[in-house]
Amino acid sequence: MPQEQEQKRAQRRGDEAGGSADADTAKASAKGQELTEEMDEILDEIDSVLEQNAEEFVKSYVQKGGE
Amino acid sequence: MAIPKVVGTETEYGIFGPNTPDFNPVLASSFLINAYAGSLRRIRWDYEQESPLRDARGFEPVQERQPVDEELGLANVILPNGARYYVDHAHPEYSTPECAGPRALVVHDKAGELVLERSLEAVEALMPQGERITVYKNNTDGKGNSYGTHENYLVDRRTQFTRIVRDLTPFFVTRQIFTGAGKIGSESARGSEQRVAYQLTQRADFFEAEVGLETTLKRPIINTRDEPHADPERYRRLHCIVGDANMCEVATFLKVGTTALVLKMIEDELLPDLSLENPVQSLHHVSWDPTCRQTVKLLDGRRVRPLELQWEYLDHAKKYVKENDATPENVEVVQRWESVLAGIEDDPLSLHRELDWVAKYRLLTAYRERDGLDWRDPRLAMIALQYHDIRRSKGLYYRLAASGRVDRMTTDQEIRDAVDMPPEDTRAYFRGRCIAKYPEAIAAASWDSIIFDTGRETLQRVPTREPLRGTREHVEALLEASETAESLVAGLQA
Repeated sequence: MPQEQEQKRAQRRGDEAGGSADADTAKASAKGQELTEEMDEILDEIDSVLEQNAEEFVKSYVQKGGE
Repeated sequence: MAIPKVVGTETEYGIFGPNTPDFNPVLASSFLINAYAGSLRRIRWDYEQESPLRDARGFEPVQERQPVDEELGLANVILPNGARYYVDHAHPEYSTPECAGPRALVVHDKAGELVLERSLEAVEALMPQGERITVYKNNTDGKGNSYGTHENYLVDRRTQFTRIVRDLTPFFVTRQIFTGAGKIGSESARGSEQRVAYQLTQRADFFEAEVGLETTLKRPIINTRDEPHADPERYRRLHCIVGDANMCEVATFLKVGTTALVLKMIEDELLPDLSLENPVQSLHHVSWDPTCRQTVKLLDGRRVRPLELQWEYLDHAKKYVKENDATPENVEVVQRWESVLAGIEDDPLSLHRELDWVAKYRLLTAYRERDGLDWRDPRLAMIALQYHDIRRSKGLYYRLAASGRVDRMTTDQEIRDAVDMPPEDTRAYFRGRCIAKYPEAIAAASWDSIIFDTGRETLQRVPTREPLRGTREHVEALLEASETAESLVAGLQA
């Protein structure tokens, strides 16, 4: 019994933490809002330094395997 | 039996020419290194006694020896700080000098990034119009190709290798919760996959075996390479390939500091059997779970969270440090380890100032929220890659650091000093100072030798087989008294 509860708690925390691709609960959105506001400045800065043409860049970034 | 944990890391950097259609990473790497090294490129690497194919389990597999990069004329230099900077498998690789502890290792690991950045600056003027090179301290291109960040620890040769495998494997599987650098999605040799939205590590996906000699395919959690670069009767160099490249200084400090303590406890046979039922599967599962809540199965049937295994290692380490090894540095390792585990217990996402996977995740999540992006949006992939860009003005880790959003353990001055000066308390001191003082009189060098050419008929090979000899304390006076390499060698023979 307790183990099941633990797992359920873990599941909920997993969703909150955004561990799954489509966890879009209201709670997650609110938390996200807070985060975005706090990060506004740095996001703006990153906008200005991020490589242009992300799709092209990422697609062509291929490496030879190393060790 | 526990001996000092001299440590060094080797980092293969990603290298890219964004607007160069026929970009050759091997040549570009060589170009980059030679531009930095200048006249030091004349000094050869001394390959005598290198035996990467000797296996710690006691046999020499029959295999072709790989063509050494030197034979291909590729850059391979030893720097005045005792580091090795060279081309390995189409990547520029930086091996730090030997460090006596984790804090020094952090400084020298970061110095490596600065060397790469300065190398980029050096080639910029020489590049054809419109072309440029970018360099990343990470471990994957997201398309199934991985390159490594290896840790090396000095271990007592008398320690049974089977014991190392037994006690280190569960530690490597579970330390991912704080050492991981984070990655969007998942991948295999076939390419990218979407098993998870985000995972803790870059490297876990590429590991398929528990123990083995391979480093480029079927990678093993415990690597058996037996190439000590030191007296093989006394020492083993444990070569660890399973970790990620870290940008965060606290993460690097913990990665190396905790592993060093665990190895000391292994040398002293103090750890219980915490074997996992399926270590490779557990390595993947732990990495794929950013909540750090899912359990792994032990050989004895118990199911535990990775955090619980880490608490157990920590408990033993605290006792060990208190009773045997209460240096300020070890005390700091244990304190920070405890603090990070407590943070993970409470809420892993609270550790965005200390751990790369969290810092990166937080950045990506903020972007997702602001711009309504799906995990598969290329802009997120670009952010995840540029997190590792080694240019301080463009790298996203560096932008976070500049705005005070990550914890530092070093100063920029310390890092700049480490670009030029070797550690003072290992044989790297002797190597680095000789390279700095007598560059024209050195024909070749390696981790365990310097070969002087003092104009005589024969060259003079000075072995440096003891990692903790050749320190400032041992050799500074002689170095200062020796105007020439000739008088140095005479002084060594006296």
